[in-house]
Amino acid sequence: MLTYIVRRLFAAVILLFVVSAVAFSIFFLVPRLAGATAEDLASRYVGKSAGAEQIRATAEALGFTDPIWVQYGRFAKGLVAGADYPTGPTTEHCPAPCLGYSFLTQNPVLPDLLDRLPVTLSLAAGAAVIWLVAGVATGVLSALKRGSIFDRAAMGVALAGVSLPIFFTGLLSLSIFSYAMGWAAPGGTNPMDAANPAEWAYDLLLPWITLAFLYAAAYARLTRSGMLETMNEDFIRTARAKGLPEHKVVLKHGLRASLTPILTIFGLDLGLLLGGAILTETTFSLPGIGQYAFLALTNNDLPKVLGVTLIGAFFIIIANLVVDIMYAVVDPRVRAK
Amino acid sequence: MKTTRLIAAVAAGAIATTGLAACGGSSGGANDSSGDTKATGKFNAAVGNVFNPSDAKGGTLRYANSGDWDSLDPADTYYGYSWNFIRNYGRTLTVFKAGPGAPELVPDLAESLGKPSADAKTWTYTIRTGVKFEDGTPVTSKDVKYGIERSLDKKTFPQGPTYFNDFMDLQGYTSPYQDSDPNKLGLKAIETPDDQTIIFHLNRPFSGMDYFAQLPATIPVPATKDTGTKYKEHVISSGPYMFKTNELGKKFTMVRNPNYDPATDPDSGRKPLADNLEVTLNVNADDIDNRLQSGDVDIAIEGTGLQSAAQGKVLSDAALKAKADTAATTRLWFTSLNADVAPLDNIDCRKAVLFAADKTGYQRAYGGAIGGDIATNLMPPLIPGAVKTDLYGAGSKPDGDIDKAKQALQACGQPNGFATNISYRAERPKEKATAEALQQSLAKVGIKLTIKPYPLADYTKLYAGKPDYAKKNKLGLMVYGWGADWPDGFGFLSQIVDSRVIRAEGGNTNLGIKIPAVDAMLDKALETTDTTAREKIWGDIDKAVMENASALPGVWAKGLLFRPDNLTNVFVNNGFGMYDYAAIGTSRK
Repeated sequence: MLTYIVRRLFAAVILLFVVSAVAFSIFFLVPRLAGATAEDLASRYVGKSAGAEQIRATAEALGFTDPIWVQYGRFAKGLVAGADYPTGPTTEHCPAPCLGYSFLTQNPVLPDLLDRLPVTLSLAAGAAVIWLVAGVATGVLSALKRGSIFDRAAMGVALAGVSLPIFFTGLLSLSIFSYAMGWAAPGGTNPMDAANPAEWAYDLLLPWITLAFLYAAAYARLTRSGMLETMNEDFIRTARAKGLPEHKVVLKHGLRASLTPILTIFGLDLGLLLGGAILTETTFSLPGIGQYAFLALTNNDLPKVLGVTLIGAFFIIIANLVVDIMYAVVDPRVRAK
Repeated sequence: MKTTRLIAAVAAGAIATTGLAACGGSSGGANDSSGDTKATGKFNAAVGNVFNPSDAKGGTLRYANSGDWDSLDPADTYYGYSWNFIRNYGRTLTVFKAGPGAPELVPDLAESLGKPSADAKTWTYTIRTGVKFEDGTPVTSKDVKYGIERSLDKKTFPQGPTYFNDFMDLQGYTSPYQDSDPNKLGLKAIETPDDQTIIFHLNRPFSGMDYFAQLPATIPVPATKDTGTKYKEHVISSGPYMFKTNELGKKFTMVRNPNYDPATDPDSGRKPLADNLEVTLNVNADDIDNRLQSGDVDIAIEGTGLQSAAQGKVLSDAALKAKADTAATTRLWFTSLNADVAPLDNIDCRKAVLFAADKTGYQRAYGGAIGGDIATNLMPPLIPGAVKTDLYGAGSKPDGDIDKAKQALQACGQPNGFATNISYRAERPKEKATAEALQQSLAKVGIKLTIKPYPLADYTKLYAGKPDYAKKNKLGLMVYGWGADWPDGFGFLSQIVDSRVIRAEGGNTNLGIKIPAVDAMLDKALETTDTTAREKIWGDIDKAVMENASALPGVWAKGLLFRPDNLTNVFVNNGFGMYDYAAIGTSRK
């Protein structure tokens, strides 16, 4: 197992470099292929009255005048060995892995991302617990009570959950539960400023529920269909015939067998969210990686966009690895192989 | 039975989860507004007047920003709200007075407005004595000079304006960071013969130097505390507040500067009423509007007005409308006519467009009367020297003067009309609506417009603002907006009517206006130190451009601002076109 994990981690590093090269090409090479000059790119990062001379100087300062492979080489070198950046009176060292400096704020990208990571982690982890428990529980109940009012109502709510966009449900829930009723924290509250865990949870309550609502709906439908299929399997009939208690039949045999596809999706979903829950964070003004990504995109701040892409890829790779290991835990058939 | 127990257990889990979701903690959240004194007002109560005037100090003013500053560093900022807010932590040589009337430039760090030489190329200011930085160090003319020197370094500070780069006799000087002078004060274009005197040497006559003197770049910076790009993390204050915390991109807080002495600040009109300032960044714009109404936020700092959703709600509710103000701004929404694209090289064809255009439709595209007034010419009325010049029936036939448009088409040799393209910024629905309104109204006289949307970020740099692209792609009409850097003819007109600032590499807001007589009048205005005579020239330039039919003025923009009940001493500062952030207070303790 250890060899397997080490091999996977090594492959992950290679994959990250491939992702960085592809992403770098998309952000830096494609505009050049489309005809944009170094000055065209630099003109986004200067004031509105900047003249040709200033634009040229900015293009040089940001490295746009170099060939694309030199630019990528500089980025890759920063990842491995760090890089130096001028601050004006002095030069600042950005230690490896250096994801570069923002074109606009001229701050290093990685510390910004790490600073914002706890918010995204808090949001994703809390929401994941809620959607997993609520979604799977609703799915199991719906499957066991197939065709009942509960089943129909739950699936109706699930349909609404997957259909309603977060920027709608988020703003609506803020208006009702925060501004009208005062039950929840207002938008723009930074949970990392909370004095204790209870306040932290209170600050995140609406974002958690809003985000979980979207995912729980999909998980409920997925669990329901999986359970309906599994509960008709021969081994369930065998388990019942053996005289096993029903809760053991459902939880140990039915649910466990249905969990494998859910686990796969869960790993991907969580990995994606750790790379930034863009809509939830921008709707609730949470200073996490998702909001950072949104701002970077709207401002064309390419080093930030590249940084978010890499950290997102990192989490997806790690989440997939964890899921693969978890397969063995959940499914004895995988372990046997 | 067992199945029932199982279902009950699972259900309990689900309910517990839901319960966890519904119950909240007791801390944070709803705003405790105890101590509020509620003021009642009426629509536009803070326009031209001070609403809820007060000298009471205390409390925390809570600002929210739907975006982020370009930079808090005075050398690197170009946003209007930033220039408004920066008066809280920096003192410029001159400043727009904090008051509800017409924009008035008054001395701030300087004892008086600038004293020009006869040729308006040399300007002298005397720094007040007794002004101190937050650490108690006295502010001298050398700190002002150093602040301006570093703002010249566009490699380190690329985002600020370039007026000092363009108008000073730099003699090759680039940056204090490349300066061989031991005190980093080697710029010869600025002299500091003593600690109180600062003398500017310009490379050409310029009568509006006092406007340059209000730029944030004239805020003093102590050279020993300068950390270059890191300085924005803690700007050393010379104003009434100083930074307490600063989480870049998230939030910053300010407290009173103990070394600020109001006795050294008799002219600016500043009233530092609140004890603390708290600014939250990157807050969802619609959420800010909701929080303003719920009392959770005091001021939407960008000052551009409520979003469309909140506008409708506020205007349809008398109680909410009584808390709103429409602030006139120095922004014009207009459409440029490109004389490089035939047949718009013919003045009569351009006139046909101006006559036929539906001016009411243009105004509707920007939200009707709330969005602004129909513009008859370029300069918004707030700008001194602006004169209404209605040559194309904006007042008499605002829906379009079809008869005169047809006559103009006859004169230009296109009696059946012609076809051309109109561009707009794809992400801006108001500009799309403008293009559609013009397409419909111009079609009535046979002028067929094909609509071409382009991405906002590169609109001026790569597309509509790039002469060769616009010509090649036959962009005859280009939907634009332009806001003055400050309410003055030079601040408004210099970038949109001077043919000599049209850059081949793009980034232009003007492509169409190329009138030698206008260029000459601009030069004349720059040399004219008599204010009244200079302002008359600005009005004449505006009229000359309209006579040349080079641009279709659309709307003089307004913003619908919202003032929560707890705000005191609220008024729109016409120098910035938004609430004044240097004299506003709160009754919420």
